[in-house]
Parts: sequence; C-alpha cells; structure tokens
Amino acid sequence: MPDSNPSPGFGPDLAEVFGPAHSDGGPELVQLLTPEGERVHHPEFDLDFSAEQIRGFYRDMVLTRRIDTEATALQRHGELGIWAQLLGQEAAQIGAGRALRPQDYVFPTYREHGVAWCKGIDPLKLLGLFRGVDHGSWDPHEFNFGLYTIVIGAQCLHATGYAMGMQRDGVVGTGDPDRDAAVIAHFGDGASSQGDVNESFIFAASYNAPVVFFCQNNQWAISEPIERQTRIPLYQRALGFGFPGIRVDGNDVLATYAVTQAALQRARDGQGPTFVEAYTYRMGAHTTTDDPTRYRLSADVESWKLKDPIARLEVYLRRNGLVDDGLVEDVKAEADELGAHLREGCKAMPDPRAMDMFDHVYAEVPEELATQRDGFADYLASFEGSAH
Amino acid sequence: MGEKITLAKGLNMGLRKAMEDDPKVLLMGEDVGKLGGVFRITDGLQKDFGEDRVIDSPLAESGIVGTAVGMALRGYRPVVEIQFDGFVYPAYDQIVCQVAKMRYRSKGHSPMPMVIRIPFGGGIGAVEHHSESPEAQFAHTPGLKVVACSNPVDGYWMIQQAIASDDPVIFLEPKRQYHADKMELDTAITPPPLFTSRVARPGTDVTVLAYGPTVRTALTAAEAAAGEGRSIEVIDLRTLSPLDMGPVLDSVRRTGRCVVVHEAHVNLGMGAELAARVTEQCFYSLEAPVLRVGGFDTPYPASRIEEDFLPDLDRLLDAVDRTFSF
Repeated sequence: MPDSNPSPGFGPDLAEVFGPAHSDGGPELVQLLTPEGERVHHPEFDLDFSAEQIRGFYRDMVLTRRIDTEATALQRHGELGIWAQLLGQEAAQIGAGRALRPQDYVFPTYREHGVAWCKGIDPLKLLGLFRGVDHGSWDPHEFNFGLYTIVIGAQCLHATGYAMGMQRDGVVGTGDPDRDAAVIAHFGDGASSQGDVNESFIFAASYNAPVVFFCQNNQWAISEPIERQTRIPLYQRALGFGFPGIRVDGNDVLATYAVTQAALQRARDGQGPTFVEAYTYRMGAHTTTDDPTRYRLSADVESWKLKDPIARLEVYLRRNGLVDDGLVEDVKAEADELGAHLREGCKAMPDPRAMDMFDHVYAEVPEELATQRDGFADYLASFEGSAH
Repeated sequence: MGEKITLAKGLNMGLRKAMEDDPKVLLMGEDVGKLGGVFRITDGLQKDFGEDRVIDSPLAESGIVGTAVGMALRGYRPVVEIQFDGFVYPAYDQIVCQVAKMRYRSKGHSPMPMVIRIPFGGGIGAVEHHSESPEAQFAHTPGLKVVACSNPVDGYWMIQQAIASDDPVIFLEPKRQYHADKMELDTAITPPPLFTSRVARPGTDVTVLAYGPTVRTALTAAEAAAGEGRSIEVIDLRTLSPLDMGPVLDSVRRTGRCVVVHEAHVNLGMGAELAARVTEQCFYSLEAPVLRVGGFDTPYPASRIEEDFLPDLDRLLDAVDRTFSF
C-alpha cells in the first residue's frame, strides 16, 4: 500500500484512496464460502448452486490436486524434468474453468492444470512438456485451450487478439447463448509487471474486446513477494485502463465461479474486458526446482493452510449433508485411478525420434533445412548395424 | 502497356489486391488508417475496407504483433506495419518467441500466416532509430522467412505472395525508394515465386549480391564499371531466409568473384552467411575470397554523415577492384 505522503497539488492521499493493507484480501474480497466452510452471501455475486454442481467442484478440485501431487512425485522420481505446481490454487482454477462455455477460449500460463482439466484435456497430455518429449501436445482448436505459454504474460496479447477476431466473426453480443463467446487470459501476479500484459489491457480496452483477464495472485513470483510487483491492490489497476477490476477469494470455488461467470458474460454480451484478481496462495514451490524455505516464513504457509480450498468445501458439504463417506471414498478411488493413469502413461510416453526435430518448422520447408535434415538422416543411418 | 508506379504505389496496390482476394486479410499498425501510414503505403485502404480490416493500433509494437498472433490463431491473416525498423525491438520477443515458434510448438496445429512489414534502411536524413537494417536478426531465427523487395513491380507481387504464404514473413521495404523511381507494372504476367533470387543485370567478370536498397547501388556501380570495361553481374537476392543459392552459385561459378553489399553492419550480417555458403559450394571456382561491403560496425551515425556510413558506388567498386588483386 502506498505511504501516506500527500503533497499539495498532487491529488489525494493514496493511502486513504487505497485503504490499509490487508493480508487476507481486505473487505473488497468477494467471498461466498468462508475458510471455515460457512456459506455467506454477496449482494452482487450470489448464485444458487445445485448440490450436484458443488459436488462436481469438489470432485474437480480433488482430482486436480491429485494431478499435481502425482506429477510432483513423477518429477522426484526423475520421470519429469520439472513440474509447475498448483497446490492451493485448485479453487481459482476450477471456479474459472467451470464458468466457461464450450465456445469460450482459454489462453493459459504453464500452471493451468485445473483449467485444462475443465476443458477436457487428458492430464497426461500436460506432462509431455515437463518430461521434455514435446512443447505441448494437444490441438488448441480441438479444446479451445491454447498451448502452455512459458514467456511470462505473452499470452495475454494473444488472448486479446483472439478476442478481436471473435468480434470480427460476429460471435459477440448477438444475444444467442450458444453463439456468443469470450476469451479468458490466465496470468499471475508476477506477470502483471510485464509490458505485454499492460499492453493487452490497453488494446482490450481500446477495442472493447471480449476478454477476461484472470490473474491468480498467489502472492509469489518465484521468490519475489507481491509487494515487489505492486503498491496497490492488483485489481484496482484495471480502473486506470478503463475497465472494471474485481478481487475474489481465489480459495473459494463458489465465489470464483460466480465472479468469473459474470465477467465472461459481460464479455460475451459485448461489454468489454474485466480484470479478475483471484486472491490465493502458492502453497508449493514455484516449480520443483525452487526452494521456498529460502525466502518465506513457514508461519505464513501455515496460516494459508487454514484457508485450504478443498477442506473448506468438504466441511460445507458434510455440514449440509451434501456428501457422505461413500461419495468422498468414490472420489478418492477416482483420484487413485487417475494417479495410476498418470504414472503408467508418463513412463510409457515415447521419446520423440531425433528426426522429429525437423518437423513443423515451416509450412513450406526451405531447401537448406531439407538438406540439413536429409544429411542428418544419412549420418544417423551410417551407424546402423554398427556397435555405436 | 501497364501503369507506371512507385514502390509505395506498388505496395499499396498489392495490399489492396490481397484484401480483395481474401476477406481474412487484416492490416494493423500505427497510423495506417486515415493517415495511410507515415509513408502512405496503406493510403485509402481504411476508407474502402473499413476500420475492422484496417486497424489503427495503440502505440505499442509488442501489442501489435502479439494481438496479431491471436488474430492468426483465430484464422485471420494479419499484415502488420512496424512504422520504422528501429521500432521493431519492443516486438522482438513476440516475433522470435511466438510468431516464429507457434507452428513448431503446436506440431503444425497453429500456423502463423502473418506478414510483418518493416520499412528499412537509411539515407533519408532521419533521426536515430529510423534508418536501421535489422534483417540478420530475423534471418537467424528459425520459423521466420525474410524477404526484401527492391523495386515497384516486386513490391506489388511480393507483398501479395507474402500474404498468401502460410509461414510468417518479415517483409522489408527500402524506405528510401518508396517514392523514388517509377516502373511499369504489367499485372497480367505470372510473377516468379516469392522465395527466389534473380539476376538483375547479367555480367561476366564479378558477381555482386544485393537486396533492398543496395540493388540500386549495385546497378549504378555496374553501369559505371561497364564504362571502364568491367562486367558486373548483379543479383537481387529478394529472399534472405531462406536464401535462394541457385542463381548465386551459377553466377559465381562463371565469374569466380563475389562481392556482397548491404546497409546492415558487416559483422555477422547476411554477407557472412553468403560468403560461407559461396565458399563452401564454389571453392574451386573462386579466384578471390568473397568480400563484403556494408555499414560499419558502429551504431547508425547522425544523418549528416550517413552517406559515409552507407555503402555507395565508390566503396562497392573499390571492393570489386580488390577482388581482382588476389
């Protein structure tokens, strides 16, 4: 939060405008389910969730966490080179992912495993990139889910351009719920400092593009805390770009769903971009190569454990008689099955052939590249039958 | 008889034709709408095709190219204008990390049929960042194709061919010649394929390789040398990545001598790659090493001395003379 340093002629005291710092997200946080599992109501963003829908969120989150823990274990066993963990961010991703319609398009970072799950991508396909067998293995157009983007924030511009394409295709603001579409761009608190992200806000605002900027503020960009990226609450930045920003409890799947769904609908209706800041916490490391004990206090992690997204939903479900032990066991069994699928599938994943590196560089392969490729094939063939 | 046109007019006509032929072609850039671009290359296009197809962008080059990536993913064929060569660098990351690699990363699922037009080269008396030649930086990037037109007729055809290409093309336009010489355009002919070089002036004694703005320099030098009884063959490379080595090798095998001329810095410029390939493939035909003439390895200087920085007729002929002294 900015210091209190009003100077005559330089506008209001910013500390007053933005209010005091709140480590819990502050009063502006949209919440429908407290960390204790109590259902609360919100004047603008309330929805009647069916029991089936809430049980679905629970299942999605448990399975997403299992994808994450399984992949982390596979990295520890040397089956993956690296893994980007999402532990603690399940509600933010499932809430956002389930708010999508089939025609909506997702531009992910490299951590959106839960959103990919919602879009129907076999989690095994997510592993290829981290195992080093490919750079992404699904057809983005089949799932309306772009490839994982490693350069921080670059995908926010792609999302905005894609949304501008939707405007030109006449699939925005027609009033037909099966036709109107929106784009969601995922990024993190660290990416909010990137030029590309800020430029995407400007383009989206300028053209009123149907895009939701969904920022999972997990408080950490590898070792750098959110205070290194911003002096004001991130969601308040949107106002300066000319569109609304909302901070939602990213550990509350109900609130995240409700807010994202409303933001997507604004976009589909032709009302332009929205910034959603899902306030959450990266419980794990940045990736499996990171060591968070070097830069953050375990007490902070402990306090966020009390806000666990799955635990609070399970408390709510049990307290209201919406699940029984049988259902919890069923989901656990399904998670075990998914874990086995990932373990076996990952180990069985074939390495690409050396010659595959020459594929898909160009639509029309230049002669020089073809010569390199053919020469390398001959070179490899020269070892055939030898003891090499 | 065809119309006599400038390079600016040829490009404008080519863009118009491409937009008429394919409704998925969009133009985007700074000032490309009402103004028609600072060089007027897109003059009148917004009026005729509308603001949805000729898009004035915010002043952010990474934003222009990055959103064009999104539009290409949606099935459009964006043609973006970078206002000046020295302003392409904010978009460098999007071009090199996204445009160039998207097809590869996606195993062919997400092609990037995009053209990035860049007015390049110096000699216009401009302030810093308005006279650069960044082609080698893009030619060094797998996934991109790089071409440079040198005359009005090529401008007309090559821009259409670049837009029709399913690979991303960096399209370099010699800005010094936008409004210079006129040429007669015959739209009824079949143009040569985009990624081909051509002999711009036949000769027998030495091969000069040029592209973009230096083609004119080379042709003038050839004319001057002819007066002194020396026959220079000038090859307009047209395509820088991929290189079309066929006409180059044919020529050097005949002449035994080769000089490359470009405005870009000599160190690791296109001339270095050309010299390597010519040496590799014409070793026994060469009477002298391949020589390079180009901009010095300094930043582009203040415009009052830019003519000393740019390779001109005299420096080119000096290099030609040197190839005969080995």
